[in-house]
Parts: sequence; structure tokens; C-alpha cells
Amino acid sequence: MSAENRLTAAYLTVALVALFGGVVTGLFQALEHAGVNLYPRLAPVVQSYYHSLSLHGVLNVLVFTTFFICGFLQFMTARALGMPLASPGLGWATFWLMTAGLLLAAIPLVGNAATVLFTFYPPMKAHWAFYIGLTLVVAGTWLVTLNLALTYRAWRARNPEARTPLAAFMSLVTFVMWTIASLGIAAEMLFMLIPWSLGLIGGTDALLARALFWFTGHPIVYFWLLPAYVSWYTLLPRQAGGRLFSDPLARVSFILFLILSIPIGFHHQFTDPGIEEGWKLLHAFLTFAVFFPSLLTFFNVVASLETGARARGGRGWVAWFGKLPWGDPSVAAQVLAMLLFAFGGIGGLINASFNLNLVVHNTAWIPGHLHLTVGTAVTLSFMGITYWLVPFLRGRSLWSRRLALAQVWLWFVGMAIFSHALHRLGLMGMPRRTMIGASAYLQPSWEKVLPLVGIGGTILSVSALLYFLNLVLTLVASRQPAPAAPEFAQALSGPEHAPAILDRWRPWLALAVVLILIAYGPTLVRLAVTTPLSTPGLRVW
Amino acid sequence: MRRGTTIYLYELAWILPSIAIPVGMLVALVVTAFGAGVHLPGREGRVDPTKVSLTPPFDRPGMVEVAPGRYEARIVAETWSFTPNEIRVPAGSTVTFVVTSKDVVHGFLIHGATVNVMLLPGQVARVTGRFDRPGEYPFLCHEYCGIAHHIMWGRVIVEARR
Ligand code: HEM
Ligand SMILES: [Cu+2]
Ligand SMILES: [Cu+2]
Repeated sequence: MSAENRLTAAYLTVALVALFGGVVTGLFQALEHAGVNLYPRLAPVVQSYYHSLSLHGVLNVLVFTTFFICGFLQFMTARALGMPLASPGLGWATFWLMTAGLLLAAIPLVGNAATVLFTFYPPMKAHWAFYIGLTLVVAGTWLVTLNLALTYRAWRARNPEARTPLAAFMSLVTFVMWTIASLGIAAEMLFMLIPWSLGLIGGTDALLARALFWFTGHPIVYFWLLPAYVSWYTLLPRQAGGRLFSDPLARVSFILFLILSIPIGFHHQFTDPGIEEGWKLLHAFLTFAVFFPSLLTFFNVVASLETGARARGGRGWVAWFGKLPWGDPSVAAQVLAMLLFAFGGIGGLINASFNLNLVVHNTAWIPGHLHLTVGTAVTLSFMGITYWLVPFLRGRSLWSRRLALAQVWLWFVGMAIFSHALHRLGLMGMPRRTMIGASAYLQPSWEKVLPLVGIGGTILSVSALLYFLNLVLTLVASRQPAPAAPEFAQALSGPEHAPAILDRWRPWLALAVVLILIAYGPTLVRLAVTTPLSTPGLRVW
Repeated sequence: MRRGTTIYLYELAWILPSIAIPVGMLVALVVTAFGAGVHLPGREGRVDPTKVSLTPPFDRPGMVEVAPGRYEARIVAETWSFTPNEIRVPAGSTVTFVVTSKDVVHGFLIHGATVNVMLLPGQVARVTGRFDRPGEYPFLCHEYCGIAHHIMWGRVIVEARR
């Protein structure tokens, strides 16, 4: 195996171990909602519903996603540029830094000393190792950005006139956007949570902490999603037997994500007192603006799939959809992920509309929504990617395509049931992040729908089990040599049609920074200058 | 060349609706929100979370009638209860809730009224709901606030006018 491939394999290993833990805890939660409380029996390991939920959130959306993305996009960049990473040594140092950070954070998390959920809002106070560990993971992602940027520079020096290959361009945009976005969480950690947990300062402020957290917390969803888009744009059209419809439009939408992902975080704080309504309104406006590149992506990817289906004999306005290569689990996973994502996108618009947000904020609607987006659009796409990537890295073919297809469809069906139930419960006013079976206010109307959460969650868990089984058997039992990894898709309208300015970085970065300063500057400065960091910490679990 | 231009037209055919759809939705949103007078919580001032029980109006939690049919409910949230946890008003009342937290982050969601606000230590939250139909309206803490978060609730009891 080449150096990049080994690095990618290392990142994937950590990511998939985390996903396994995330799925197991998810099952316990779903069963609890359906009236089957396993926590008393799990007690020495998982000590409460909230301990479980903290593990679930951190393992799934902080560890699985981040490690997968670091492994996948470094692989894609090196492949697209046709050259190795600028510094394999830096690459490995980064991997070990992130893994060390993860282990440090895992000690209190597993030991029930950081049962603060993945959002860790102070003044709830976790053990210092949790904050420092997570900060090291974030610092590691900056080093990934650095390595990608150095690689790009080396490539650029040799190819002064060429267009940046699409997959490399998209990977870079993703990491650059994330690096700016993560400054919020870094500031929260370095200036507030870490010194406070070490006893160097006496308190924190809840509102300032939340503002910094959501500065990162919204764009992090694009950090998860854009790597799935990289696959949808640059590989999937070819896997489906077609071509990418428009390379220039793909570049435009990624530039727009770079500019617009960050200055919209207040849409998570519509109901927070202490921030003026006017600023919230501005963030709501800009949130609608990011819908534009999302629609462009939708069009471009669907049109690309259509070229594949038509080349395979598809006809009609809609009927071509049936002619996609549904027998390929990698394609099936990603197309089904898109299908559920369409509903996730519509739900997202509802969350972003500030009057409708008042109905759904912090209800079960939100986990209903986020399992369609990060829990399916991202996770099921990543699963689809591993169906070729793991065999490629191992050098053996996938153990069973049939099992993989069953897995993919089970996830689709399980998620449709699970997410539909949570959306409905949210509209009935059921709160999220709550041990519902033990709640003092359980409503009879909820009890009719709650079993569906358990049924959907069980189907999802069976699907996940089949997934891990298939991968493990691929590693240890498969004997056939691996098929070639998918090549990058050719474009109908290629990069030569893209305006040259799309390959420049400075104007777009400048625009992004200006928008951030306008949308966040006044509020963050006011809060930083006027709020005393004086709220004492508490351990409330 | 010809192929290039057709694709360009297709691209345009999608760029335009991709702009028009979000703009249209945004306009609809602004019109309905402002038309219905929906407001989000804004800046209502700070309160030292360690001195909540000494700071008016939270030194005397409870209800006051500020005008005929208009009430103000001053509520203190702490792990894992609301004080007071029961509020009685006649049907047709408008109630402004003035709430804060003494310790960690809590939430405040009233079923059947559009009241949904975060309770942050250090911040005063002020939200208004209208209660026209007699009945019981549970209010719940909807942000994780510790091991017994799920028992933190109260209710608004709306009584029929005689
Ligand atoms: C077998 C599959 C899964 C099941 C059964 C499951 C179940 C659940 C349940 C029942 C909740 C709601 C808890 C509550 O609000 O009280 C939840 C929350 C959540 N899940 Fe999952 N889940 C699964 C997979 C995933 C995946 C793959 C991801 C992301 C990659 C994910 C991310 C999350 C997040 C971010 C939350 C919110 C955590 C919080 O509020 O702190 N889940 N999950
Ligand atoms: Cu968001
Ligand atoms: Cu609470």
C-alpha cells in the first residue's frame, strides 16, 4: 500500500470504530423511547440515558465524521492531483495528534465525567481532559488543511496554467471553509472552557459560549456534507455510467459554500435571549442564500445521474431513474442518501424560518431532521464510498454485494420510519435530548407514535450490523482481488468553460471574511467586551 | 460548440429558479412573520445568576396582573424545577413570561402556545403567549440540564370565564 493509502486506512479504522459505538448507543436510545429501558442493565458501562446520548453525539458527529473526512479527502486530493501528499511525515504526525486527542477526550467521556452532550454548553462542567482532547482533534484538522495546501502549491508550481482538478479543488474548499469555521470553537475552548476546567478562571458565560459554539456548529454541517458532495460530483456520475453535467457550476456552488456557510449560525440561536432580533433576521436571510448552491448541486447531480441512466437505456421524464445501476451498492447507497436528503433539505428550510422555528426548536423534530442529513445523506454516502474504498485499500473484493444492497435498503426503510416518527413527535411538542419513557409529562398522543422510533431504530441497527459484518469479512475472508477504484467522472461541460476567477482564492476568502465580520462582528465584540465570565460551573449528572 | 451552448441554456434554466425559489420563500416568510406579529426573544438585560433570588422581579416569583386580561408570570428555573410550577389565568388572557435560570442552561416550551425560548444563566428571557381556550397547557424544560432533566416541568391552567 502507498503511504496515502495507509494513512487513509488508519483514519477509516478510527472512524468506523466510532460509528460502531454510535450505532449501539443509538439503539439503546431508540428502545428507551419505545418503552424498553435497558439502562439499568447497562449500568456499569453506560450509566444513564444522558451518558449514552453524550457518547452517541460525540462518536457519530465529532469522531466518525471528522476522521472519515480527513482520510477520504486526503486520498481524493492526492489522487486528483496525481501526486503524493506534500509531507507524509506531517500526515502521520497529524493522525497521531488527533488520535491522542481523541483518547484523552474519551477517558472522561467513557467514564461518565463528561456527560455534557456533544454541544458541551457551559456552565455544565466536564473534566478538563474532554475539552483539551477535543481541541487537539480540531488542531489536527488544521494540519490536514496545511498538508493539502502544501500539496496543492507543489502541484501548482508544476502546472501553472492548468485548471485545478475538480476533486482536489472541492477538497481544498472544504478544509479551508472548515478551518475558518473552527475558529469559533477554538476560541471557546482556549479562552473559556479549558482555563475554567483547569481552575484558572472562575466562571464562564452561557450566551457567549453558545455564540462561539454555533459559529462553528452550523458550518460543521457543511464540513460533513461537502465530502459527500465530492463523491456525488466527481465519482458517482461515472459509477452510474454517465458524466458530470457541469464542472463550472460545481465550482460555483463550492465557492458559494465557502462564502456563505459561516455567517448564518444564529439560526441555531433564534430563541436565545440576549441577541437582537435584527441580527437573527440577517442570519435567516443568509441561510436562505445558502439554499442557492444547494439547489445548484441538486440539479447538477441529478442531471449527471440522468446522463448515466440514459446511456444505459433509460427513457421518459422520471422512468430513467429505474435504469440507474441499482445493483451496485455504492451507487444505491448514495442515490438513496440523496433521496432522503431532499426531505432533510425541506425540513432545514422550516428550521431556518424563524417563525416556524418557534414550533420545532429543541423538539424531537430536530433529531428527526439531523438523522436525514448527517445521519443519512452523509452517513449512508460514506457507507457507499467504503463499499469501494475498503476493498480497494485491502486489495480484496467486497465480501458480498447482495448483503451490501440489503444493508443499504434497510437503512433507507429504517430511517424513513424512524425519522418520520421523530418529526411527528416534534410537532406534538415532544422535547429532544430527554429520557422520554421516564418523563413526568409523557403524553398519550406521543405514546401512539413512540413505538415507531424503536422499530425504525432497530431496523437501522440491523442494517449497521450487516454493514460492519460485510466489512470485517472483506478484510479477513474475501479472496477475490479488488476491482479497480472508480475513476473521476468526465464532464459534459468541462473546466475549460469555467471562468478563470473560480481558480483564484483571495477574492473569495476576502468576501467570506467580510460577510463574517458583518454578520458576527458587532454581536461577538459586544459579548466579549461586556460579559463577565462569572457563572460558576456545575456537575449535574 | 453547439453542445456547449445547449448546456449553457440548461444551466441557466436551473440557475434562475434556484435563485427564485429561495427568494420567494424568504418573501413569504417575512410577510407571514411580520404580518402575524411573531417576534423572537431579543435583548432584555442581564441578571447575575448567583443573585437571582435577590434581584427583582425574580425575588418574588409568581403572577401579577399588569392590565385587565394581561398578566406577567415571573418564573425561576433551576435544576430540576420551575418556581412557580403552576399558573392559573382566565381564558382570553395574554401572559408575558419573564424567566431566567439560576444555574445551567434550561429551556421553556409551552404546548399549544407559540412559546419557545432558551433560559440562559445571566440572561432574562421575555416571551408572550395568548391563552384563549380553557384547559391545561404543560410547559417543559427542553434543553438537557442534567440527570433528572426529564422531570422538569409545570403547567398553565386556563380557567373558563364565568
Ligand atoms: C442505528 C442508528 C441510529 C439510531 C437508532 C439513533 C438514535 C438516536 C436517537 C433516538 C436520538 C435522540 C435522542 C434524544 O433527542 O433524546 C439520537 C440523537 C442523535 N443522533 Fe442518532 N441514531 C442513529 C444513528 C446516528 C448517526 C449515524 C448519526 C450521525 C452520524 C447520529 C447522530 C445523532 C445526533 C447528532 C443526535 C443528537 C444528539 C444530541 O441531541 O445531543 N445518529 N439518535
Ligand atoms: Cu445550522
Ligand atoms: Cu432544565
